[in-house]
Amino acid sequence: MKALWKPLFGSPLNVVLTASMLALFYLTLPPFLHWALANATWDGLSRKACAPDGACWAFVKARFPLFIYGRYPQAERWRVDLAFVLLVSISAGTLFAPRRRGWWLLALLVFMPVAGTILLVGGVFGLAPVATGDWGGLMLNVVLTFVGVAGSLPLGIMLAFGRQSTLPVVRWGSIGFIELWRGSPLLAVLFTGLIMLPMFLPNGVTVDNMIRAGVVLTLFVSAYMAETVRGALQGVPRGQTEAALALGMHRSVAEVLVVLPQAMRLAIPGIINIVVDLFKDTTLVSIVGLFDLMGVINQSLKDPNWLGLAMEGYTFAMALFFVACLVISLIGQTLERQYGSAAHAPRR
Amino acid sequence: MTARPGWSLSRPARAWLWQIVAVAGLAALVLWLGHNARVNMAQRNITFGFDFLLHPAGFDIPFHLLSWQLTDTYGRALLVCSLNTVLCASMSIVLASALGLLIALMRLSGNPLAAGTARAVMEVVRNTPQLMQIFFIYVAVLQSLPPPRQSIVFGWGFFLNVRGLLIPSPDIDLRMLLLGCVVLGLAIAGWIARPPGSIVGVIVGPLLLLAWAVAAAFSATWDLPAMHGFNFTGGLRIPPELLALWLGISIYTSAFISEIIRAAILGISYGQTEASLSLGLSRGLTMYLVILPQALRTLIPPLTSQYLNIIKSTTLGAAIAYPEILQIFGRTVLNQSGRAVEVMTLLIAVFLTVNLLVSAAMNRWNRRLMAQGR
Repeated sequence: MKALWKPLFGSPLNVVLTASMLALFYLTLPPFLHWALANATWDGLSRKACAPDGACWAFVKARFPLFIYGRYPQAERWRVDLAFVLLVSISAGTLFAPRRRGWWLLALLVFMPVAGTILLVGGVFGLAPVATGDWGGLMLNVVLTFVGVAGSLPLGIMLAFGRQSTLPVVRWGSIGFIELWRGSPLLAVLFTGLIMLPMFLPNGVTVDNMIRAGVVLTLFVSAYMAETVRGALQGVPRGQTEAALALGMHRSVAEVLVVLPQAMRLAIPGIINIVVDLFKDTTLVSIVGLFDLMGVINQSLKDPNWLGLAMEGYTFAMALFFVACLVISLIGQTLERQYGSAAHAPRR
Repeated sequence: MTARPGWSLSRPARAWLWQIVAVAGLAALVLWLGHNARVNMAQRNITFGFDFLLHPAGFDIPFHLLSWQLTDTYGRALLVCSLNTVLCASMSIVLASALGLLIALMRLSGNPLAAGTARAVMEVVRNTPQLMQIFFIYVAVLQSLPPPRQSIVFGWGFFLNVRGLLIPSPDIDLRMLLLGCVVLGLAIAGWIARPPGSIVGVIVGPLLLLAWAVAAAFSATWDLPAMHGFNFTGGLRIPPELLALWLGISIYTSAFISEIIRAAILGISYGQTEASLSLGLSRGLTMYLVILPQALRTLIPPLTSQYLNIIKSTTLGAAIAYPEILQIFGRTVLNQSGRAVEVMTLLIAVFLTVNLLVSAAMNRWNRRLMAQGR
């Protein structure tokens, strides 16, 4: 009690701060809890079933499958669940496996895309085909995030090496590519990609909207990935390269087998930040006509049975994103503590 | 494995070969894309060129700082909507910095209640999508406000309703405006030319500006918004789209700015504070003269990238139909004129230019700070 007295009421400024914080809580928390819990309606078939001054969670409940899976056929949703479980387990393996990290990474970057495509698209092994136009909801955000990260990782590593290259053409090409993408707003880039891509392809070739968005996101993220990897590459002590060269390794072999693995460990916190940012930014595809969680909610708000429930819809979606992003960030912080200390330990 | 006898090339020759291959590959790709575009455009009867900028636009821009008529050209539309982008970006940079500083100070205050609240707000804000926050503010909050007749009255001529925020607009005398320009010029010149370490040099400029602002506010005739019939007349109306975009961008970015400020202040070693206190400086002066100038140096590079993020984020206005550059130029003009390649090239060029200019300016300032005593 004594320990709390001083920081809370020790000086005039602290008294003012404490009082204003308590006033803020008093003004915001009771009305919010009253709206969100005490007066909320949890079941119902339309807006009319809901109390006028409480949250209408019945809306979220009724639309929950749509928010998660979009229009993915009900009978096939187990495939989405299975792909998600696979993704989470392989990611966890990659991040936390004490050894054989390379194999886990290979599974994440090669096996997972193949297995995910087979599961989600179908058409082989007796799985019914599902058009990408039916994908939607949070599932689409997760898929696009995975595509963006998995695609930009190799591309970003190549760009990072390219930016450090001694060949002027390669170096300036990489710098130009990176700065072009980093200088443009994602939404403008998505617009360009979705509207103009058909323009630059041979006549008659059409590319699925989902794939277009995936390609644009991959290219966009690879510029940021390149900068993260470059920072990590610079964080590996020069002695490592020199030792590898002294052992008779070719320069490129030394970079790939000695420097890169150590750099990737340093890059993990940065990559996790990229994952969180990309996950949040995938909501932008709703503006260019894809029905991700944001798009599905905006669409549901126009349903005549559930008019005027924006507060509920957005609150629910933000809560989903908040929990997901917080968990990913916390994992990142744990890993940063683990590797951060190891990275800064003096090497002899 | 190093030497391959028979066809080994010297190192520089190999380097050249690689670069020629890279350039040739890139050129082939560009030519192929260009060829496809030409074929496609020929088929759809689209010509290439920027002459369309001189054609009349014929659509309305609901919110504009410069005058706008239906008969104005696409080129002027680009100017008008770019100004809307600049307006929102500058408003957001100011508010985001202020909010970021507030959150950072709350977290550093040592008061657990304030620090905890600030931390919670920051975590919620930065772990939810920016677009969702903008939609939340726009759809769930601003669009559910009462109609003009039941406006929320704040007093002093401020009203909030579903059509936006109404504020009093000052009608400033031309002479006062000219005086303001002179004062601003003096303040900037004084700030640049101030002797190093002089507190007076730092304070005089802002004080002059403040004095001018007070004088201008009292000499101006204020046009207050007032209810007439079903709507308001007079004053300035900030449309809900601009409000939502401004608040959405500012709140989101402030969470990141607060972390940057906090890290910069905490990054100054505590020995500096101890040394300053032991020399007899007060806590406030220690902060102002010792900690902040040093923190500012580490602050600038990450702050620059946040400001650039703000500028890029203004394109999210296209989601709620705020007439900024992507909405008006990238959407309306593109759809009307069909000049997709030209429009998108111009759009990206505008953003790249602004980005390069801002980062160049910040780099200059950064170099200046680094050059000052170390």
